[in-house]
Amino acid sequence: MPEHTVKAFDEDITHLRGLIAEMGGLSELAIQESLDAMVRGDETLAAEVVKRDRKIDELHTEVDKLAVRVIALRAPMADDLREVVAALKIAGVVERIGDYSKNIAKRVGKIEGRDRFEPLTLLPAMGDLAAEMVHDVLSAYAARDPLLAKEVIAADDKVDAFYNSIFRNVVSYMVENPATISSAAQLLFVARNLERIGDHATNVAEMVHFAATGTYPPDEDD
Amino acid sequence: MVTIVHPNLEDTDAKMSARGVSVYYGDKKAIDNVSIDIPTKYVTAFIGPSGCGKSTFLRALNRMNDTIPSARVEGDIMLDGEDIYRSKMDVVQLRARVGMVFQKPNPFPKSIYENIAYGPKIHGLADGKDELDAVVEKSLQRAGLWNEVKDRLTDSGTALSGGQQQRLCIARAIAVDPEVILMDEPCSALDPIATAKIEELIDELNGRYAIVIVTHSMQQAARVSQRTAFFHLGNMVEYGRTSDIFTNPQEERTKDYITGRYG
Repeated sequence: MPEHTVKAFDEDITHLRGLIAEMGGLSELAIQESLDAMVRGDETLAAEVVKRDRKIDELHTEVDKLAVRVIALRAPMADDLREVVAALKIAGVVERIGDYSKNIAKRVGKIEGRDRFEPLTLLPAMGDLAAEMVHDVLSAYAARDPLLAKEVIAADDKVDAFYNSIFRNVVSYMVENPATISSAAQLLFVARNLERIGDHATNVAEMVHFAATGTYPPDEDD
Repeated sequence: MVTIVHPNLEDTDAKMSARGVSVYYGDKKAIDNVSIDIPTKYVTAFIGPSGCGKSTFLRALNRMNDTIPSARVEGDIMLDGEDIYRSKMDVVQLRARVGMVFQKPNPFPKSIYENIAYGPKIHGLADGKDELDAVVEKSLQRAGLWNEVKDRLTDSGTALSGGQQQRLCIARAIAVDPEVILMDEPCSALDPIATAKIEELIDELNGRYAIVIVTHSMQQAARVSQRTAFFHLGNMVEYGRTSDIFTNPQEERTKDYITGRYG
């Protein structure tokens, strides 16, 4: 894309994209580390995830301010306008993704007898899928790639399927091991958070598609 | 050069239509094969960089280029289906039906009243002083100037502020009851408040007259028009709903221009 005649405009847009990329990197890391902490029972790591979420919140505020400033001072048009509006919305969604990871981290200390607690082993694979969606959608954002965005949207079905399977597994585990119900319920929330992360990555993908093409991707299944 | 015309326009009644219009100044082709329908009930904005031909094309719509000896117009321009160049249409009548407002306000060096009354008088549109008074008041009302000048109608038009003078010129154009009003950069000599008043006025007049506005301010085109045509190097590159042109232009050159990447 050719540069703007006013160079400072390009600098603002680049800065905005940099902030979103940084938020995305941190939220991706938070998913992985919160699950790592959950599986290993590492409360120090969990505390770190919780603490680092503040940085994501700060970046979100910074994106809001910069986007509003760009709209006010530069009056962006066409794909520039879509880019800035998408950045505003994407930052809000990525911030939510960070919150879900924080929520997972906060549950680390609430799992009892984790050595004998089988359902824990189901989580990492689902976490990897969700983290991959977040990773891919931010790559799509960085490359303004609507096709990759569509692939991310398609991947959400896998996360949903995983969630349903974990749900059934954990519920049957609860039936067989009533003493673990409290811990198992915690796990259901964790799986639920990962499922929500997948949904949010899908929302980001739709905005990436909109920013790049001016249209929302067609609904595939409904 | 193919113009991209957006498919979702649904404009049924065209007040004016241009078909294959080219305008030459001597050997130089200033407008190349432009076809467009000017809708009756909307404001149409022409945008584009300096020298792209938008003003030339605007002026072709009421034969203002006739006054330039080297200028030549090819193709058809119709007003209500009647060819304005080849039919027996009288050019004075044409300019009464297709009025024009210029970049710099150009009131006659006469009283405010005379500025408005002049057109209706020569076109025989008012019978007697009472009718003329009514036309003057109605025109100044519609131009949003009546309350500011009603007690000083005998003052010179040139004594008004720039913004008031421009509204006086719009009132003067309205006074002969035109069907189309062409505006060539009507706000470029005005401050933001006077500009806002003209834009509000354009909004008020929208629907009553077909309005075509040439503007360098893309924000202004976005604010006042419902249809936008982008001109570049004598071609009409893209034409569509203003909201689409400014949020999702189809053609690369349009996008580069409106996002400030041109050149």
